[in-house]
Amino acid sequence: MTALDEIKIGGLGASRRRVEDNRFIRGKGNYVDDITLPGMLHMEILRSPVAHARIVSIDTSKAWAMPGVRLVITGETLAARNLAWMPTLSYDTQAVLATDKVRFQGQEIAAVIADDPYTAKDACEAIVVEYEPLPVMVNPYQAMEDGAERIRDDKENQPDNVIYDWEVGDRDGTERAFAEADLVSKIQLHYPRSHPSPIETCGSIADFNRATQKLTVYMTTQAPHIIRAAVAMVAELPEQMIRIIAPDIGGGFGNKVPVYPGYVVSILASILLEKPVKWIEDRTGNLISTGFARDIYLEGEMALRKDGKILGVRMNCIADHGAFFSDAQPSKFKIGLLHSAFACYDIPAAHLTARGVYTNKAPGGVAYRCSFRVTEAMFFQERMVETAAIDLGMDPAEIRRVNFVRDDDFPHRTAFGFLTDSGQYTKCLDLGLEAIGYDTFRQEQEEARKRGRLLGIGISTMTEPLGAGNSREFDILGIKMFDSAELRIHMTGKALLRTGARSQGQGHETTWAQIVAHELGLPAEDVTVEEGDTDTAPFGMGTYASRSTPVAGAAISMAARKIRAKARKIAAHLLEVSEEDVEWELGRFYVRSRPEQGVTIQEAAMAAYSNMPDGMEPGLEAIAYYDPPNLTWPFAAYIAKVEVDPETGVWDVLRMVAVDDCGVRINPMIVEGQIMGGLTEAYAMASMQYITFDAEGNCIGSNFTDYLLPTAWETPGFELHEVVTPCPHHPIGAKGIGECAAVGGPAAFVNAVIDAVKHLGVKNIDMPVLPDRVYEAIKTGKDVSGAPPVRTDG
Amino acid sequence: MGSLFEVVPADTQDEVPRRRVTVTVNGTPMSAVIETRLLLVHLLRQAFKLTGTHMGCDTTHCGACTVLFDGKPVKSCTMLAVQADGHEITTVEGLAGPSELHPIQEGFKEEHGLQCGFCTPGMMLSAKALLDRNPDPDEDEIRWALSGNLCRCTGYQNIVKSVQWAARKMNPQQGQEVSE
Repeated sequence: MTALDEIKIGGLGASRRRVEDNRFIRGKGNYVDDITLPGMLHMEILRSPVAHARIVSIDTSKAWAMPGVRLVITGETLAARNLAWMPTLSYDTQAVLATDKVRFQGQEIAAVIADDPYTAKDACEAIVVEYEPLPVMVNPYQAMEDGAERIRDDKENQPDNVIYDWEVGDRDGTERAFAEADLVSKIQLHYPRSHPSPIETCGSIADFNRATQKLTVYMTTQAPHIIRAAVAMVAELPEQMIRIIAPDIGGGFGNKVPVYPGYVVSILASILLEKPVKWIEDRTGNLISTGFARDIYLEGEMALRKDGKILGVRMNCIADHGAFFSDAQPSKFKIGLLHSAFACYDIPAAHLTARGVYTNKAPGGVAYRCSFRVTEAMFFQERMVETAAIDLGMDPAEIRRVNFVRDDDFPHRTAFGFLTDSGQYTKCLDLGLEAIGYDTFRQEQEEARKRGRLLGIGISTMTEPLGAGNSREFDILGIKMFDSAELRIHMTGKALLRTGARSQGQGHETTWAQIVAHELGLPAEDVTVEEGDTDTAPFGMGTYASRSTPVAGAAISMAARKIRAKARKIAAHLLEVSEEDVEWELGRFYVRSRPEQGVTIQEAAMAAYSNMPDGMEPGLEAIAYYDPPNLTWPFAAYIAKVEVDPETGVWDVLRMVAVDDCGVRINPMIVEGQIMGGLTEAYAMASMQYITFDAEGNCIGSNFTDYLLPTAWETPGFELHEVVTPCPHHPIGAKGIGECAAVGGPAAFVNAVIDAVKHLGVKNIDMPVLPDRVYEAIKTGKDVSGAPPVRTDG
Repeated sequence: MGSLFEVVPADTQDEVPRRRVTVTVNGTPMSAVIETRLLLVHLLRQAFKLTGTHMGCDTTHCGACTVLFDGKPVKSCTMLAVQADGHEITTVEGLAGPSELHPIQEGFKEEHGLQCGFCTPGMMLSAKALLDRNPDPDEDEIRWALSGNLCRCTGYQNIVKSVQWAARKMNPQQGQEVSE
């Protein structure tokens, strides 16, 4: 008997083609808007056209009078049921429908439920709202000024627009480091507001059945179990009577983690009307009201020794949270994991302060392809390192090498207190530098400059914390951030696997089966994966922050190992030997002294239902809840080569090299797909994609004419390389990959443009690095800021 | 209509204008009486229950709603259904033959050209329109032809490979053989 070939059965390391593709390529996906229920009505939301104004009156009489309109809901309707405000995931409150005033453009004011979506939209336009304008603040520095209009006058104990002041690190040690420094390097940065913009917008179908008292909600959510808990608490409904179903999700990227007013209102409407109510957000609604990301200002300082050694780091951050503090993030950390910055460098002391501020902008602060602000952390880190290299006159690759945590220095405690566990940082960087031809580049750059051409190479290296997280430190609203898997082996050896995660394109139906194949030797095609239905899936915290493989994936391994342990007992019984004499190879137990005598996992499964040992509980099913011992720490080196046109400021990516060490790769094809997707979002943020506002609070970026996403035409090609350092604590050594490139990538592009123009005296151009900003930098030799305007007309 | 106008009482509500349209969808003539303002995407999705055509942006930018209109790719979110009266529409549901997938569908699966799948139907139809007029496109031609379709997941590189895979399968004499 020869051992099973793990690749052939679709196990670990197999670039197995995706199971979910079979329906998607036929147009047979099942997204929320594809679902039609009998008697279903349609909801549309009326949004505020102004950014800050007191609501004087709302006249819904014309809307009510329109044929086909079944219900008009305003904030008053909600207030009568104590639902006008809802709690956020960051212990703040958020208006569901505005009652007192509107606080950002696009805020939800009323909802119309009608027989068809066209009528609902018409009726929204028939609602007349009278506003009394208030001063608008879209820049947090303006919102912090003395006497600034109070945005959250609904809150007691909120005398101004400051939400929190938070600090982490060693203030005194950092002071000392700066006192000893040969040189202090400084930079001011703004990571602009961005929006995840999955191609599918948000939506829900709420279906309350009066007879059974059951509320079923189909919803575009990355975290159905959190939603169930939130609905139970906010609407005061019994949790077992709430069923949240996240069907196929057309991309999430963090946008589909929070609870949005549209979901809440559709649920109330269904309860009031006793009919299914569908709400599908339009693109403008998605862009101007749902979870944005980033929008943080940094004043960064670095204490340096002449040889490039970083002695200390100071980061002072201002986070613009918009009108409601509704970040989806672990409760212990006010500004997410921003303090994961500098984790790949061995730095003696660091200190970070952060202040959160209310402005008249949409709430959110979601982790857009990001583990809670690590995108900002790594961008700031790599822009600060780049600036330090310029200030020291040092090679940007060399300064990184000098400061990297060495391969034999793990586990390593970072300056901000995280514990990293593994990596080969220099190897990754050198692999990338070799691939892009760094050795000869500086000469090439110099010669090109003589001919009037501007070339640049930008490096970004980082290790980021994924897989939140261990229950000691990570919870959302008090719920610990573990995850789960339930594995049922049927008597014929086929299996059904369910997890608390929810794929939105990551390919869980494919890769999860591969983990089972690896653990049990069942062919992956014999394992069906189901996710997203809270009535059937075990409780889990969902899919975001690259946590599915580190947490739910680990839970799958643990569930499979429970199955294997029980199957071993059954095998011993069938083989008539004691359990200690039974050995395991992939897919088969055998007698140690007689390897030819064995029992396959399928035979053990049949026996679990037909011939179990005396006294053994029948069946072969297991459930596992996995609380990871630590975060996982993938490493990446991203290196971009660009050419800047000095006449126009337009820059082109000549090459983009990515070296990713995400530990063991379950499905290399899918891993590479994740990396390329992340690099594209990195390129998008660096080059074009941002949400800004005019001084009146109008969102510039409320549709895809203004909010630019890269197409196939602009997007560069990518060259991928891999290094594998297994995670020491994950059951199969995986570290997670979904967001690495989106996190580490932006700085590579920006550093490359700066590298091309730094000889002109330019150290920073804020993202997006638009051609006009580059042009201005080239012409003036000065840095270019991207902060939104301050209203000056009083 | 008997005359050019009809005098009605002043408080009469306007009748919503309706019209019957007949569209050949994936080779089968289908009819509906519709409000004239109905968008083609809603005719397909809601009247004809062909939900493979998605809607992502309402403004012609994202291309999730792309269908073929007499063989040419159009954004069905900004076309009125009445404009399709008497024309032929191909949706993703019409790509596969009775027993086998279209090579473009196979290519997208083989080369991991999709992740969340939401942009995929429109992307594949734009690719089909390209390959129908240019059986052996180079990478730039593919990227240009797909530049009206946004994808947030893949980064496009594998989509390009998917189209190349399909081109090789459809025209094995051109370019390289399909690799297994």
